[in-house]
Amino acid sequence: MSSITLESHADRSKMEVSDEVAIEIRGMNKWYGSFHVLRDIDLTVYQGERIVIAGPSGSGKSTLIRCINRLEEHQEGKIIVDGTELTSDLKNVDKVRSEVGMVFQHFNLFPHLTILENCTLAPIWVRKTPRKEAEETAMHFLEKVKIPEQAHKYPGMLSGGQQQRVAIARSLCMMPRIMLFDEPTSALDPEMIKEVLETMVELAEEGMTMLCVTHEMGFAKEVANRVIFMDAGQIVEQNEPNEFFNNPQNERTKLFLSQIL
Amino acid sequence: MSDLSYVRSEILPERAPPASSVGVVGWARANLFNGIGNSIPTILALIFIWYVVSFLVSWVFSPTWSSESLNQCREIFGADGGHSAACWGVIRERWVQLLFGFYPEAERWRPVVAFGLLFVALIPVLFNMISRRMNWVLLLAVLGLAALYLGGVLGVILGLALLGAAGFIGFKAFSTSKEDRAAQIASGAKRLPNPLIFSAIFPFIAPWLLWGGSIWMPIAAALGFVVGFFAFRFLAPVVGSLAGLIIAVVAALIWWLFLTTGFAGLMQSIIPVGLEHVESRNFGGFMLSTTIGVVAIACSLPIGIVLALGRQSDLLIVKALCVGFIEFIRGVPLITLLFVASTLLNIFMPPGTNFDIILRVLIMVTLFASAYMAEVIRGGLAALPRGQYEAADALGLDYWKAQRLIIMPQALKISIPGIVSTFIGVFKDTVLVSIIGLLDPLGLSNAIRADQAWNGIVWELYGFIALMFFVFCFSMSRYSMYLERRLRTDHR
Repeated sequence: MSSITLESHADRSKMEVSDEVAIEIRGMNKWYGSFHVLRDIDLTVYQGERIVIAGPSGSGKSTLIRCINRLEEHQEGKIIVDGTELTSDLKNVDKVRSEVGMVFQHFNLFPHLTILENCTLAPIWVRKTPRKEAEETAMHFLEKVKIPEQAHKYPGMLSGGQQQRVAIARSLCMMPRIMLFDEPTSALDPEMIKEVLETMVELAEEGMTMLCVTHEMGFAKEVANRVIFMDAGQIVEQNEPNEFFNNPQNERTKLFLSQIL
Repeated sequence: MSDLSYVRSEILPERAPPASSVGVVGWARANLFNGIGNSIPTILALIFIWYVVSFLVSWVFSPTWSSESLNQCREIFGADGGHSAACWGVIRERWVQLLFGFYPEAERWRPVVAFGLLFVALIPVLFNMISRRMNWVLLLAVLGLAALYLGGVLGVILGLALLGAAGFIGFKAFSTSKEDRAAQIASGAKRLPNPLIFSAIFPFIAPWLLWGGSIWMPIAAALGFVVGFFAFRFLAPVVGSLAGLIIAVVAALIWWLFLTTGFAGLMQSIIPVGLEHVESRNFGGFMLSTTIGVVAIACSLPIGIVLALGRQSDLLIVKALCVGFIEFIRGVPLITLLFVASTLLNIFMPPGTNFDIILRVLIMVTLFASAYMAEVIRGGLAALPRGQYEAADALGLDYWKAQRLIIMPQALKISIPGIVSTFIGVFKDTVLVSIIGLLDPLGLSNAIRADQAWNGIVWELYGFIALMFFVFCFSMSRYSMYLERRLRTDHR
């Protein structure tokens, strides 16, 4: 399935994992109506980890990472992000959301605002950064994702890959400590997948804590320090990528890997 | 077996399209005379248009401008008695009445000034292409002309001063280029205040101009907002923003209901400034239609937004209230609401309350328009992809910020055609007030026909009224198209 090969080899020596806990999930359960989507999830993510979450569709991967910034509510168990527990207390939720960046499958840029305004909106209104400073930061990150020249265009004028890179820049402008990627390349043409993945590799090299739902196994091998395989709402297997791909233990994992590789 | 391989060695140059498919001839061939089935309807339609237009032209251009009565017109047409041309004398004689109703003649400058100021107030809201300075020039010019019209030594001096100021600022605006001005501002030159300030003041000036009375009344009404604002400002940090908001609204209501009249009366006795009071029953004609229309349009949009948000709210009671209100209002004809306003409402009021009839109608028409507006905006909200809400949430924007910065700008943009349709509908529905005895243009046309000189005249009056309404409604429609173009951000 994944035929995209990354040009640059990610420099794993730069990616250090500290023993500081970034996200802790304990005994988390979630239901959609009477459908049990997530079952007894236990997961600890350390600062600086790059985790790739894989699994067949409908296995609850996206739901899991959407619970981490409470786009979805969990009904049982605990989620603690950066020391703040996610409860129905909106203050905590907003605090977590401003610390956690998220990149969506369909980019979800704001089409009525220019690229620059997309990037400065949250810093100005949530962080109360002065406009000028916010614009400087935004330009810095737009340069980083290699599209500073598009700053005054509207999202509708950009290609899919460019839009996704803007979405990454927009999240980065909030200076998040954790980034969530929800199938960031699934809606893109093969040519554009590469440019987005390369941006993500760079981000990993800078030590960003990343949770990434993706089907790009090349990316997982290159960047991840842990691959999690989910099926039927449960974490079925997790391991470091070499072991995961070469020596899967669970039957379900073996079947999945044999189908996609 | 032949060789399948083929390699193009050069790219073909572009060629011009064949002459028969471009230009006027090409257009006519493609759209009007594309085969027999297309040509015959074209010719029939042309004949029909020619017939209608030639009849209309000969009807409209009739030499009856100075006639004094319908009989005189008939003499001009000839003895056949046929009513085959327009009798424009009625418009010459009664156009002032059609515009102002029975508004006292000496005070008619007031609605005219209010109307002029309406545009000055609207321009910064509706357009972003006119500069700040030009807006203030317009305001000064309208006020200057009004002062000149009022006459008297003071009026002339004031008028000339205002027009002079307008001319000075206007000259400076024209003589400095945009870049120079930008440079001046960047280097710390003082900018004129934002013209939106006047747009905010206008809702208090306009009723005062129309109804007259003490100037302290609108000032007192405006102070209610100030009271509410300060109550919120000082209480919100102490008791939380929701409680603060409620207390602020209550404080403002107390001010309006119990203290406004006293304050205005007191100030009036100290510094008496005011215009002659004009009774609501003297209002009429297009002045009445525009007053009701503008107020209903201006108020229904914000109320409609609140209702639409309430309808989508997770708070059960808020949601039930909004749904109930919208469904009730939409389920009842406007005429019924107007009858309630004109007759039933008095039964529920304590005896002796004088609740102005136009105010009652304004409230009813506004509520009616708001319910429709809420549904139009709900349509816009529903058309937004879920991802927009999620992206706003994921960035940490709270509900109100997300609504204001992300959701509403897009939902309103999607709903522009629907919103403007509702506006136009409301504006035209204002003629229904003639049924409860207010003299809007239609009501006046009946009154004019009751005059013996004009008994039997129909088309000319209705034509004139239709034309006036068309001007307003067509402008609104064109404006909405302009706005859609301006707000379009995709690259189509």
